Amino acid sequence: MVFFVTFTVFVMLVCAVAACILRDLLDAAIAAAGVSLCAAILFYFLQAPDVAMAEASIGAALVTAIFIIAIRRTKREE
Amino acid sequence: MRNIISIILLIIIFFAVIFSISEIPFGIPKTKVGSYYINKGIDETGAVNVVTSVVLNYRGFDTLGEVTILFIAALGLGAVLATIERKTKKAIIPSSIVLSTGCKVFFPFILLLGTYIFLHGHLTPGGGFQGGAIIASGYLLVYLGCPKRRINQNHFKIIESLGGLTFVIIGLLGLIFGNYFLLNFLPKGIPSILFSAGIIPIIYIAIGFKVGSELAGVIDNLIEES
Repeated sequence: MVFFVTFTVFVMLVCAVAACILRDLLDAAIAAAGVSLCAAILFYFLQAPDVAMAEASIGAALVTAIFIIAIRRTKREE
Repeated sequence: MRNIISIILLIIIFFAVIFSISEIPFGIPKTKVGSYYINKGIDETGAVNVVTSVVLNYRGFDTLGEVTILFIAALGLGAVLATIERKTKKAIIPSSIVLSTGCKVFFPFILLLGTYIFLHGHLTPGGGFQGGAIIASGYLLVYLGCPKRRINQNHFKIIESLGGLTFVIIGLLGLIFGNYFLLNFLPKGIPSILFSAGIIPIIYIAIGFKVGSELAGVIDNLIEES
């Protein structure tokens, strides 16, 4: 349990750094979605299922879709 | 030079955050209002889910403001996108049969999950915002998987307006029956059954429809323009 939470925090940190330094914006958007997903898992373990649900559906699904639509309109490389 | 300054600033911020967080005791109630909600929330509102009783009963007016913010954001997006000239229609690439069939199979189940979540907002975790966002992600799946399907924007707008109107009218009915806005004037019933908690399920149904149609409309706007 503690191991899993620590692992999730680690994955979240890796995703956050990757979202900052990746040159390909599509990859960066996917990494940002990974941050949201890990945050949703952590909210669930912190006994906040309401927030976890909102974070998973808005942060991981809708915001990523909006980012990808914006990348399709502009250019893909930074 | 710039990099060194930014690294030093980041280290200062890191230590400031660490020291300020380590001062805060974790998991101990610091104000009395939290324990009041937990102890009396079920008796006073009839909602088993304490978060819902705070969001829609004790702080219902704030939720109305939140819904209004979402409405203004969607309106602003529509206004900005309306000024851009529409490009000529690109040829739609048909998706493969596996993808389009998968979308058609999953779409009703996603709608069902979203509806379940906002209908049971006063019993289980979740509520109008979460359910609405899940419904909007179902529409996103249809837009991505079946590019030929288009839903009429006007239907979204009508449902959205009706949802907002229901919220405000229920609030005004509270003003008529009692003496303050968003009074829980309906009978509260037995806690933990579906028809309980007075006006809370009705408002959450309205919010679920409103948020779902609003976010689906935003995605529709963006996909149409790109």
